[in-house]
Amino acid sequence: MKPFTYERATTPANAAAAAVRTPGAKFIAGGTNLLDLMKLEIEAPQHLIDVNGLALDKIEPTPEGGVRIGALVSNTDLASDERIRRDYGVVSRAIVAGASGQLRNKASTAGNLLQRTRCPYFYDTNQPCNKRKPGSGCSAIGGVSRQLGIIGTSEACIATYPSDMAVAMRVLDAKVETVSANGATRAIPIADFHRLPDATPHIETNLAAGELITAVTLPRPIGGLHIYHKVRDRASYAFALVSVAAVIQSDGTGRVAVGGIAHKPWRIEAAEAAMPQGAKAVASRLLAGATPTHDNAFKVPLVERTLGAVMAEARKT
Amino acid sequence: MQNSNDLELSRRAVVLGGAASVALTTISTGTALAQSAQVVGPQLATIPVALEINGKVRDLHLDTRTTLLDALREHLQLTGTKKGCDHGQCGACTVLVDGVRINSCLSLAVMHQGNKITTIEGLGTPDNLHPMQAAFIKHDGFQCGYCTPGQICSAVAVLEEIKSGVPSHVSGNLTETSKATNAEMRERMSGNICRCGAYSNILEAMTEVAGEPA
Repeated sequence: MKPFTYERATTPANAAAAAVRTPGAKFIAGGTNLLDLMKLEIEAPQHLIDVNGLALDKIEPTPEGGVRIGALVSNTDLASDERIRRDYGVVSRAIVAGASGQLRNKASTAGNLLQRTRCPYFYDTNQPCNKRKPGSGCSAIGGVSRQLGIIGTSEACIATYPSDMAVAMRVLDAKVETVSANGATRAIPIADFHRLPDATPHIETNLAAGELITAVTLPRPIGGLHIYHKVRDRASYAFALVSVAAVIQSDGTGRVAVGGIAHKPWRIEAAEAAMPQGAKAVASRLLAGATPTHDNAFKVPLVERTLGAVMAEARKT
Repeated sequence: MQNSNDLELSRRAVVLGGAASVALTTISTGTALAQSAQVVGPQLATIPVALEINGKVRDLHLDTRTTLLDALREHLQLTGTKKGCDHGQCGACTVLVDGVRINSCLSLAVMHQGNKITTIEGLGTPDNLHPMQAAFIKHDGFQCGYCTPGQICSAVAVLEEIKSGVPSHVSGNLTETSKATNAEMRERMSGNICRCGAYSNILEAMTEVAGEPA
């Protein structure tokens, strides 16, 4: 690990200001992803701003009838919250489908959103990777790509975004609340929060320099059956090959988002109109223009089958 | 305390080599060398931190990079907690922080100022075993023993998590509290790897402590 200086932030705006002022600064909350990457020197911040003292660890009702989840609420606390379990079950289900108990206890809500890819070439510092070292090339294209992206990829990067929680938040139209160094706040719809790789895969979100996530809000509950179905290489503690977050109403209409296939949670609202016609109709619209590799072409039918399983479960219930 | 810090620094200096080791040496040998040494990147930072470990407050002065795991093992000689993968994948480093299990390898010691940390040494002693330690012995819940401290800390916390209503991937109904069934305990222990494969005996030990039929 490279040496770094360390400070404990006192207010969210001060944290954001410190991040702008200090060269090479990064926020640290749970640290479960950042420290892993720092040990490998994939991340090498010169200064860490510890945000754990910022009292952003509450889940509160919003005036609109939804909930505001503080950026520092741990994944375990979020998945265990009574309101989340009752009204936003897909979020609880998605969280407990990911990582291990130890990691979920430490990982924060904001940190989960900012998780970096587990592309093996991003992790292998001996290999070119445009995300780790812009302009160095993509080893995954033409390499071992079984886990990697099938849609929204670019000539610079075919990495996938690894969070389960964010796929559920995408299906619920969450908003990401932030504060900037000058104290300005804004709410970013989760659809616009993560970016596609295009020519700049090292820029993964639309956060500005120093902008700090303070909360994630979920709108008023939409009812329906909440399902998170994750397909992976082992039954527990593995990243998704394909995952589906769904909220399905009793008349068969609903919403779906897919994880494990793109650089962001993948949701095409127009595809949801096809839900009464079945999984094939939805999948063909969701994956229109997909560019799978030889290794991960299996994900195309797997998306359809996972959607089918989710829709069958909804009909059964 | 100072002696053990010195030992740790010299060991690391040998292992790491290069700029980092020069920088580390500057701490133990004082300012004269610090002024002449070439430090790459930001000045090496150390910071005081007070941790309450197994009921005792321990004051340390640590390189900011020190993980909670390394603080325990290398600075406090609490070597019960084990380093396996050092990347949060194996669970050998599991400890309890304010009663909650975490991977101590993926947490900086300086981020635990004022926290109450319980390691395997604090759960029980050979003369006064924690019920989970006694159950692991009775049911042969280990072979080589390397993952065992992490398994036991995790097992103790898993039963607490079930009692306090934390859901899991195999929980049937999200609005009900889970029970300590085989399926629940297996799922919740998936962050602790045992290369000897003592899983079934670990489960029997946990089942006995949980007080539920296997």
